[in-house]
Amino acid sequence: MTSINPLLAPDTGSISEDPASASAALESLLSIRYFEEAVDGLFARGLMHGTMHLSIGQEAVATGVCAALRKTDFITSTHRGHGHCIAKGADLTRMMAELLAKQTGYCRGRGGSMHIADVETGNLGANGIVAGGIPIAAGAALAQKMKGNDNVVVSFFGDGATNEGAFHEAMNLAAIWDLPVVFVCENNKYGMSGSTEFSMRIDQISERAGSYGFPGVTVDGNDVDAVFLAAKTAVERARAGEGPTLIECMTYRHKGHSKSDKNLYRTKEEIEAWKAKDPLGLFQERLVEQGTLVQEQVDVIIEKARNAVRSAITEASEAPDSDPAEILSSVYREAK
Amino acid sequence: MTERIITYAEAIREAIGQAMETDDSVFMLGEDIGIYGGAFGVSADLYHRFGKDRIIDTPISELGIVGAAVGAALVGMKPIVELQFSDFTAQAMDQIVNQAAKIHFMLGGALSVPMVLRAPSGSGTGAAAQHSQSLEAWFAHVPGLKVVMPSSPYEAKGLLLSALDDPNPVIFVEHKLLYKTSGNVPEEQYRIPIGTSNLVREGKDLTIVASGVMVSRSLEAAESLKDSGVDVEVIDIRSLSPFDAGPMNESILKTGKVMLVQEAPNHGGFMSEVAAQIAEGPALYSLTEPVKRLCGLDVPIPYAPQLEKSVVPQLDDIISNALEIHRGS
Repeated sequence: MTSINPLLAPDTGSISEDPASASAALESLLSIRYFEEAVDGLFARGLMHGTMHLSIGQEAVATGVCAALRKTDFITSTHRGHGHCIAKGADLTRMMAELLAKQTGYCRGRGGSMHIADVETGNLGANGIVAGGIPIAAGAALAQKMKGNDNVVVSFFGDGATNEGAFHEAMNLAAIWDLPVVFVCENNKYGMSGSTEFSMRIDQISERAGSYGFPGVTVDGNDVDAVFLAAKTAVERARAGEGPTLIECMTYRHKGHSKSDKNLYRTKEEIEAWKAKDPLGLFQERLVEQGTLVQEQVDVIIEKARNAVRSAITEASEAPDSDPAEILSSVYREAK
Repeated sequence: MTERIITYAEAIREAIGQAMETDDSVFMLGEDIGIYGGAFGVSADLYHRFGKDRIIDTPISELGIVGAAVGAALVGMKPIVELQFSDFTAQAMDQIVNQAAKIHFMLGGALSVPMVLRAPSGSGTGAAAQHSQSLEAWFAHVPGLKVVMPSSPYEAKGLLLSALDDPNPVIFVEHKLLYKTSGNVPEEQYRIPIGTSNLVREGKDLTIVASGVMVSRSLEAAESLKDSGVDVEVIDIRSLSPFDAGPMNESILKTGKVMLVQEAPNHGGFMSEVAAQIAEGPALYSLTEPVKRLCGLDVPIPYAPQLEKSVVPQLDDIISNALEIHRGS
């Protein structure tokens, strides 16, 4: 069992100004990064099979948004979902076990990277279908409203999802029913190889909220503080029963779409320019410059995150492989 | 006990109402199910009894509605989605097939999707190709979905209450021609187990296997065939998924002859699966005649009444084919 220290929202101001919140956010950023680098390495060495989508470069979105959530709030995630899982509090060992096709994995080997959910932390699941989770988030939000609680649902999705009908139908339902949902678009500029310039005629995806009658904002998705502050406003609005918000987070994936990607559709210069704006580097520098944490404190968190991922790999590797014997009985839930 | 005769639509409404009275998590989502009362009048007064927060009128947004039902089901609600026509499931297929059906399995059992999708199905209303299909085989082909086809008011109420108890997504295929048909339905709650077939008429000469509206049509044919000296047994396969081949095989062991009657097109239809199960089952060598599929033609449903009737098995078709099988070729 290895999960990050829960993310914390500062009482006032931004995350980087509050040592406790900043430490938790840094641990989240680093844990996501190290987890995915480890996964990338395991694939490269042939120790992991299937496919996976890495969010390296996008960690500030998951971290900044989840810092604005309570444990009882829900998220729906995407095929590029490791960061969302970790930031919401999932167990790194069970995640790694799933990717390593182990019986102890979150999905007992049935789902893999694209289908991890964690009921304990309100993670309703990653999704292999682009935009598939967005109407589900609206429905989960409808249920919160019907139950009369003030839980909020966040739906993460990419720029590509906003050209799907499911996105538009869910936005409209959320709007007309004032649902407590926050739509978080991670605009990493590409839906596989298709750039946003190619796939849409608007400048910013946040403009799409206007046609459904609720606020849309665009923020620097590589800046944890900016993401958090936008998420906090949107979550408060949702919790107060005032309806949904669309937050567009401008970010970039350093790695390709998936394992098959040869990066033919983007330039080295573009990739390097975005790497210079790496959310981890930006955040660490800010913390030290502002004096929120000293370098030694940062180093301790770095070491903790590295060790957590190492022990997740060790523990997961020792677990038994997923068992085909139970496969037929896994399709339907038994009636009580 | 005195009989209480109500319609198929009333039986469905009664089941929904009783489930909503006993379980706060049950609610309905659908287009025009509020004041309008539903495209086929099934929800009728439920809106006035339970209010707009539980009988939720939606925009025309099938993918969004079914997706919202999946999301609500994941967090402990029991949604009933009414689609106006089963044809519109095509608009919502991602949420039905890729989400609802697979979530329990993909997530290793962590969550399940207890929802009921009501799909008014079938031809006979002059609504032509996009409002008349029988798509049950699509859903029966997807592991993770349960598929039931109530053939009478009694079946409709009992199967719907079972579907609402079920922790899995259930596609509830209603036939539009049955909505106004009547039958005896007990007022109290009762349940018909999903995953069972039902012997509805005993006979010794020929087994007819049917579902939905074809059950009553086959029963009518059986009455008529009695005059020709043919004693027909009718099996209602009310649950396509899971499927119960038992009563059908027992019947064929007795009669040695079987006709499979369905409205949906022949090619790749559910009766092809039934035929395969007969071939693999204990009754194969008791057959004295080949298995006969009497199905819809492999064409879209046409508009003109004479054309529409010509592509779907009618009473006379069932009778003439039954006689042919009975006489042997």
